[in-house]
Parts: sequence; C-alpha cells; structure tokens
Amino acid sequence: MTDEMREGGLELGAGYRELDARFPDAVFSESFGQVVCRVPRETLVAFVDAAVEQGFSLFVDLCAVDYLRRDPRFEVVVSLLSLAPPRRLRILVGVPGDDPTVPSITGVLPGANFYEREAFDLFGIVFTDHPDLSRILLPDEWVGHPLRKDAPMGSVPVQFKEANTAS
Amino acid sequence: MTRPSGPPNILTAVLDKAANWARTRSMWPASFGLACCAIEMMATGAAHNDLARFGMEVFRASPRQADLMIVAGRVSQKMAPVLRQVYDQMAEPKWVISMGACASTGGMFNNYALVQGVDQVVPVDVYVPGCPPGPQSLMHGILTLQARITAGEYSTR
Amino acid sequence: MSNPPDVVTGDTEAPDAAAQSAPSAPHDVHPAGARRTQHDLWLSGTEAPVDTGRFTDEGAQEMLLEEDAEVLAEQMGTLVADDYETSTGGPSDETQIINMGPQHPATHGVLRLQIELDGETIRRVKPIIGYLHTGMEKTAEALTFMQGPTNVTRMDYLSPLHNELVFSLATERLLGVDVPPRASAIRVMMTELNRVASHLLWSATTGLDIGALSMMIYGWRERELVLAFFEKTTGLRMNHNYIRPGGVAADLPDGWEDDIAGVASGVRAGLKDYETLLLGNPIFLERTKGVGVLTAEECLAFGVTGPMLRASGVDYDVRKAFPYSGIDQYDFEVPVTTNGDVYDRFIIRFEEIRQSLGIVEQVAETMPLGDYRTEDRKVTPPPRARIDQSMEALIHHFKIFTEGFRVPEGEVYEAVESARGELGIYMVSSGGAKPWRVHVRGPSFAHVQALPAMLTDSLIADTIATLASADPVMGDVDR
Repeated sequence: MTDEMREGGLELGAGYRELDARFPDAVFSESFGQVVCRVPRETLVAFVDAAVEQGFSLFVDLCAVDYLRRDPRFEVVVSLLSLAPPRRLRILVGVPGDDPTVPSITGVLPGANFYEREAFDLFGIVFTDHPDLSRILLPDEWVGHPLRKDAPMGSVPVQFKEANTAS
Repeated sequence: MTRPSGPPNILTAVLDKAANWARTRSMWPASFGLACCAIEMMATGAAHNDLARFGMEVFRASPRQADLMIVAGRVSQKMAPVLRQVYDQMAEPKWVISMGACASTGGMFNNYALVQGVDQVVPVDVYVPGCPPGPQSLMHGILTLQARITAGEYSTR
Repeated sequence: MSNPPDVVTGDTEAPDAAAQSAPSAPHDVHPAGARRTQHDLWLSGTEAPVDTGRFTDEGAQEMLLEEDAEVLAEQMGTLVADDYETSTGGPSDETQIINMGPQHPATHGVLRLQIELDGETIRRVKPIIGYLHTGMEKTAEALTFMQGPTNVTRMDYLSPLHNELVFSLATERLLGVDVPPRASAIRVMMTELNRVASHLLWSATTGLDIGALSMMIYGWRERELVLAFFEKTTGLRMNHNYIRPGGVAADLPDGWEDDIAGVASGVRAGLKDYETLLLGNPIFLERTKGVGVLTAEECLAFGVTGPMLRASGVDYDVRKAFPYSGIDQYDFEVPVTTNGDVYDRFIIRFEEIRQSLGIVEQVAETMPLGDYRTEDRKVTPPPRARIDQSMEALIHHFKIFTEGFRVPEGEVYEAVESARGELGIYMVSSGGAKPWRVHVRGPSFAHVQALPAMLTDSLIADTIATLASADPVMGDVDR
C-alpha cells in the first residue's frame, strides 16, 4: 500500500522500481491496494535475493494455492516486508500441475524452511535444493496432499445429518 | 477391574466404599492439554475456580503417577498414538474425561486431520461438551465422575 | 582416510582422526545470522583440538619446565576453563539425543523437540510439529465468510479476537465495505484487552516454567477479570466469534465503562505485584539475562516478529507500520529493547500490557456513537425485529445464513499485530460465498523455526526459559 499508487495507473515506489527494471519478466500489478509481482519460477531465487537487497529483508510468509482449473495449476506466494519505510511485496510464482517443482529460497531466507515443507506436505509442491524436504504437519507415513482441491475433506458421515460438508 | 468375587459381605463392602472415597478425594490428573480446552483446564486449576479443593490441582507430568487423564483439546492423527501410549502408561484404576467438543466427537473439524472423538482411541468415562467448556462445566464433569466412582461404578469398560 | 576414532592403536600422540574428522558445525548457519560463541573454535572445524595427553578432565596432569601461559593462568585461578569442554575433542558418540514432548508439562502445547546434547550443552535442536494439525485451512474452504471467524478464532487460541479481526479485515477489503467508526473502536478495544489477557497468561505459564510457581496463580487471577468482561460482551470466555466481516456481532453491554475501569485498575495492581515478584529476584535474573539471545539479523531472516523482534532492537509493530481499524488515532508507545534475551522479552510484554490498558482507556473515553456493524444488508444480517416486517429483510437473512454473501474475486494479504507478532492472512476468493483459499500466517510458526538459532550452544536448562519466552501457541503453528 504505497502513496504512489493511483487509480488507473500503477506507479511503483522506490524499491519496486529497481526490481521492475532489473527483472524484465517480472510483472508488477496491484491487488486491492497491495503491490503484487508475478515472477517465473526460474528467476525466483534471483528475484528474492534482489528484493532482500532492496530492503525487503523481513521474511513474512510463503504459502501455496491450488487453482485447479487454471494453467499453471498451483501458485506459490512469497510475502516480504521492508522495515524502513514499511512496505510489503507479494511475489506470485506459477507452478504447473504436471511438474510441481519450484527452486527453494532457503538459501536467501532461511525462514522459508518450515513454510516450504508445509507447502510440500499439504500440496505436493517440491522445492528443489531444500535442505530437508519432508512432511511437517502430517504424520510421515501419510499418503496424499490434503489441501489440493481434488483431495477430499475426509469428513466422517454424521448420524442423522445429511448435510454436505463440502468435498 | 477389581470387583470382589463372591457375594458381597459387610467387610469388603465397607472396604470398597473406603477405597472409592479415597480414590475420588485425590484424583491426580495427567497433564494432557492439547489446545484451547487446555487453557480452560488451567483456568479451572487456578485460583478463581479452584480445583485444589477437590485435591486435584497437582497435574502430574508423568502418566505413571496419575489417575485421571483429561483429554483437553483436539486430537490430531499424529497425536493419537501418543495419546494411546500415555493412556497405556497410566496405572489402574484410571479414568478418562473427554473435555470439549473436539475430544468428544471431533467438534467443528470434521476433516482429514482429526480423530473424530477420542473414544476411538481410549475408553472414555465422562464427556464434557463445550467449545471450550468453561471451568464450571469441567468441574461438573469431574464431580459426575467422582459421584460414579463413589457409587461403585468406576469401571464400566 | 583417517583412522576411525574408536580404533585403539596404543599410541599417545595426537591421532590423525582428531584433526581430520573434527566435526563440522552441527547446523547450517545462514551468513546473516552466524553467531560467534565461545565454542566456535571447537565447532567450526577449522581448529582441531590437539590432544597431547597432558590434559584430562581435571586439568593439566604434568608440569613442564616451561609452562604454557594459558595453563599457568588456569593453575593460578585467573582463567577458568569450561568444565564441559574437554580438550580431547571427543568423538560424536559422546552426544546423546533426548526427546522432549509432545506430552510435556512445559512445552506450551504439543511441541516435540529432539535435542542432541553434549553433556549439558545443546548441539542441535530439531523441533517436530504437527501434533495439533487440525486442517483448519481446508475446513475454511467449506465455511462461508460469516462462519469463517468461528474457524480461525481457534488457531491462536490465546488471542482469538486477533484471528477474527484479521479474517474480517481481509474479507472487508475484498468486499470493499467500510466498517463504521464505533465498530472499529470496539474492535480495537477488544483486541487490546485480548493482548492483555494473552500476556498475563504468558507471564503466568512462563513464570511457572522458570520456577516462580506463584506467578501461575497470580496471572490467572487478573486474566479472569478480562475474561469476565469478554463473557459479558461476547457471550464466551474464549473463541468468541465476535468480530465478523462488517463489524462486530453485538453492541457493548450497559455499564461497560465501569467494567473497563475495573479491569484496568485490577490488572495494573496485579502488574505491580508481578514486577515485584519477578524482576528483582536474583534467581529470575540469572535464568533470564543473556539467555536465548536472538540477533536482529536472525530475526529478520527467520521472520520473527512481535515482542521477540522488538527485544532484539528492531522497531516494527504492525499497529504503527500499517495501522488498521483506526488504531493510529490513539496514543501509545511500542517498547523496544536491544539485548534480545528472555529478560528483555519480559520487560517488553509487561510494558505492552500497560500500553494496551492505556489504549483501552482512550477508546473508552472517545467511543463514538453509531452502528456496531455496517449498514450494507448484503453483508450483515438485518435486526431480528425487521424480519417480521419486511420481506426484503427476511430474504437477506435467509441468504446470508444459508448460502452466505458473495465476495468478489481477488486475493489479499492482511496483517494485524497479535500478542505474538504479525498475524497475517492470505485470502483468495473466487467470487463465491466460501473462500477459495485461506492461509493464516501464524507468528508462532516462525518462532518455533527460530528455536535452533536460540538454543544451540546453550545449556539444556535454558531450553524451557527460551521456549517459554518465544510464546508459541501450537494452534497457531500447526493450524
């Protein structure tokens, strides 16, 4: 949410401009007042490295979304924060469903470790060069990736209640 | 299960009653607080709603020293074997109170991750509903269990 | 290759094994967070300890003609060598791995730590989580936006109102609705009270873990004051589902100003008690000063926020950086210290309780009149009385409670400052009545990840104090 954003045109603030200039295949846009950048997965690590250099040094979040009927199917979302001035940057990386691999950013931001493991555990997205990519929230012998849209809710039928608890 | 065999006589009946009285008056819980219900369980043990007046404020960390396991919170698939192991380590006589909706039936989380009711894993004596049950509800559950033990029905499994 | 260290060759000179198989650093340390400790020389593998046979656990056993300056200093007592650092550079089978948890009285929930110990020193820590994984993010996809707060409120169950607030803020941003000022003020008041309650509970349980058993009883006593107010206002002591998209569920009850005044004075009196009990106590100081230190670079690299980040000297608070719900109109300070140890975190949290009480009192003085929820009938249900009078009201009520209101397509990230740190939510809507994806960024997830950085090269006895100071709530970690 920067002061420079106006309706109708996206004017990027200081840190974002340098990133936009250095990475021509990164597409900056605006989502409900927040700066969002779509980056191809090959340049993710370099982009995150550059972002950290530009001041977005606090690692906030890494999660995955399954869009199911979209190509690419998955999306890995990395959120970073710059402290002075306080600004956020959200990086969206498209990951195809038939080849769900993404380079790991733990070399740049070690805080992504657990988050990538969680995305692997729940979505099946493989982060290459991750130091220890194993299940974290589910038992080690679990089969499947429950947060994918084609995975069932796993609900148990409740007696006397025909309600559909959503598949 | 230690009901005396043979017709009940005056001596064993009195001993039975005395033993049951002793069991209820200092039933030590094993600390098995998992989630939000654990907070209310701790609040029940705190000064405002005092569990110490029932002799129960000592939450034993070691299950070997505990009589009562209050399963307070949601039991995930990963935690279920741990729950069973802790239950097995408790010495007889032992009781289980299933505290809260998640422990009793899986609560509002009817999904892949939770065991739908802790009675799938351990036998339960008293179910305390609520999300989370307030300290008064939990105490009512504990007193219900104590009443059953005093009445002699302490081993229904 | 070198000789394996357990082969007895009978020679007394330094075996090659000691030089070549010196253990490398037991954990990969990010350059930004590399910490120099007194054990670095031994652990880094660059300087292998040399075994001349002169030294045993008791010190030098032989006296030479020309004594080494360091050995002389040791013998004179002017230099104290570490008892648990043997100069023989023992092989790695001297370490043992112990398991703490998941059922443990002091792990603040179902956290499992595997600790590799060398005597009393921790070499490696591996946190294993997932014992409370509830699949809440999957359940959220099956609940409408109005039912959503019921679900997320149980994630960080010590500050449930913050979870509800962040969910509601994200939904409102997607919807594009504005919340009336009274609703915002009520939200600020309730969440700041929740921060007070959470910090009180934290200080009680941390005091218990460190050994101040009476803290456990005192902390809960003041928390009951706050919970009584919550029960009066929201209907529940915990997990309220009070803050919903569009506003809050119900207006404040009559006499709430007096209740707030009672809570504030009660907590302040209790706070004085706690500070007397803890902060001057020499045992407490020994156990907390210099323990569990986390540097600022490590905090940033691991995503640590909240009181832990501010204890390390970084002044970042979501309430000041990205103000929400009109919180910038109230006057409050954010305490920041520099040492980054457990003692600092105590100081900061006690001060935060005071500041939050100040905010609550300011809100109570300036509470605006008006609606407690937005007028937009597509989002909030109409008052029950209207249903008898208006067909439209009946239809709105029906649609909201069965299908739910539709939220336009989009994705947002919202964050608030919960008692633990930056609590964020990443919400994706596909235009329907139920969210497509809800991901909650819990602050404790990052803190548990930072535990190895805090605990390595410290003593096993410091584990509990450090872990308690990180204030992890496993519902937040595992979701």
